[in-house]
Amino acid sequence: MTERIYLDHAATTPVDPEVAEAMVRVLSEVPGNPSSIYAEGRRARALVDRSRAEVAAAIGAQPGEIVFTSGGTEADNLALRGVLKAYRGERDGLVISAIEHHAVLDTAEDLERHAHVRVTRVPVDRDGLVDPLAVERAIDGRTALVSIMHANNEVGTVEPIDAIGRVCRAKGVPFHTDAVQTVGVLPFDVRELPADLASINAHKLYGPKGVGALYVRGGTRIATMQTGGGQEKGRRTGTENVAGIVALGVAMRIAAERRERDAARLSALRDRIIDGVRSRIPAAVLTGHPTRRLPNSASFCFPGAQGESLIVALDLEGISVSSGSACTSGSTEPSHVLTAIGVARDAAQGSLRITVGRDTTDAHVDRLLEVLPRVVERIRAVSREPVAT
Amino acid sequence: MGQERFGAAEDLYPPAAVDHFTSPRNVGGVDDPDGKGSDTNPACGDRTTITVRLRDGRIEDARFRTFGCVAAIASASALTELVRGRAVAEARAVEPADVIAALGGLPARKEACAVMAVGALRAALVDAHVGSGA
Repeated sequence: MTERIYLDHAATTPVDPEVAEAMVRVLSEVPGNPSSIYAEGRRARALVDRSRAEVAAAIGAQPGEIVFTSGGTEADNLALRGVLKAYRGERDGLVISAIEHHAVLDTAEDLERHAHVRVTRVPVDRDGLVDPLAVERAIDGRTALVSIMHANNEVGTVEPIDAIGRVCRAKGVPFHTDAVQTVGVLPFDVRELPADLASINAHKLYGPKGVGALYVRGGTRIATMQTGGGQEKGRRTGTENVAGIVALGVAMRIAAERRERDAARLSALRDRIIDGVRSRIPAAVLTGHPTRRLPNSASFCFPGAQGESLIVALDLEGISVSSGSACTSGSTEPSHVLTAIGVARDAAQGSLRITVGRDTTDAHVDRLLEVLPRVVERIRAVSREPVAT
Repeated sequence: MGQERFGAAEDLYPPAAVDHFTSPRNVGGVDDPDGKGSDTNPACGDRTTITVRLRDGRIEDARFRTFGCVAAIASASALTELVRGRAVAEARAVEPADVIAALGGLPARKEACAVMAVGALRAALVDAHVGSGA
């Protein structure tokens, strides 16, 4: 067994060969700046426009509603900062959930500290679900934006964003959703979903790192964060990442074509992992919602085995997974997500996230289910406290 | 070795540390311990418990339990190996730097793990000292 088994697709996905080929072609053959009016520039502009149409088509949007960014984090920042800035002097409220990605969570905190924004953090239940009625109660006459993720990156719970979006619409408040984990994985069509803004990230859907997009529904008020040459209709100025943008378009098109087929296959692999882990590892706790979860995500806590030890032990066996408590920074505060869903601190330190993808096979899952119980038992054996004397 | 085959982890930890993690020495609790001590790293919640049995002023046996990261487990393993058979006075003088050296080095952010192992050992030796009434 020398092949490594990559099971961390929620962190990033390998670039699809067709995407990589399209990107390389642009890099080597399209030297122009899309803002230039001569031939090279026009060619680059045409590629950006075509990609914008592809991205829009994949989510049922109009091309003019797509703003290209450097990725999911920038899309989240632009949504929160841009909308709050546009409403300055009129509305100052921001509603988020307790389990948002740090790109939303920390941006909200920064706005709270430095821009006098009132942030309301809606709690979640033990499965990680946000209650749309709690969002409704959190909205007041001065709420400028509600931002609730489509699915949680750590525990995989899929939020009821349809109901939350309806609540926001009824209250006349713009609704942003971080859809980085779901676009290309779950159905996402803005003609049906009442979302006004949505964050998209290429490298979560078999595209390159460093490019993403923010969907901004026509008529949504949003100001720019950065100033410069006025690209992207002034909403995200800066010379376009032409190759990355082309790659995002191709990745979105492929994802839209494959999504249903992939989801059925991935959820079968996910369920094999969940069932296998539960039957083979004592006291394994599934985190996140038992059924309303991403088709590619299985997440657990293994009390008595610390997260970094699990990851390194699996790494040594050639298997890549991640943990909400990887201790990479030297302090393993349990993740805000596990804390919010009420996982005890000891158990939260032994969290493990396993996310499958297009390249995952049944043989990979077999190998994981052979190795993981052994690894958990070995690490637990080191920590088991002697009987008190 | 697995880590050579896969090229995994050795840029995270030196081979000696990985070896102490994958094959920890002296895991468990000493029978009829003379001393037992624990230490916790408040930053991350990791904890190590060490039990010792003394004979003629020497550490006859030392064993550990650790809940924690790779560095925490490897530190406790290396420390018990360092002090077994040594005079109590020598064992008390063992510093976190000695543990880190035995592991071939630790990333700076993981040095607290060696401090925790040494803390647990010293607590066990203090416990033995008090328990023996010496």
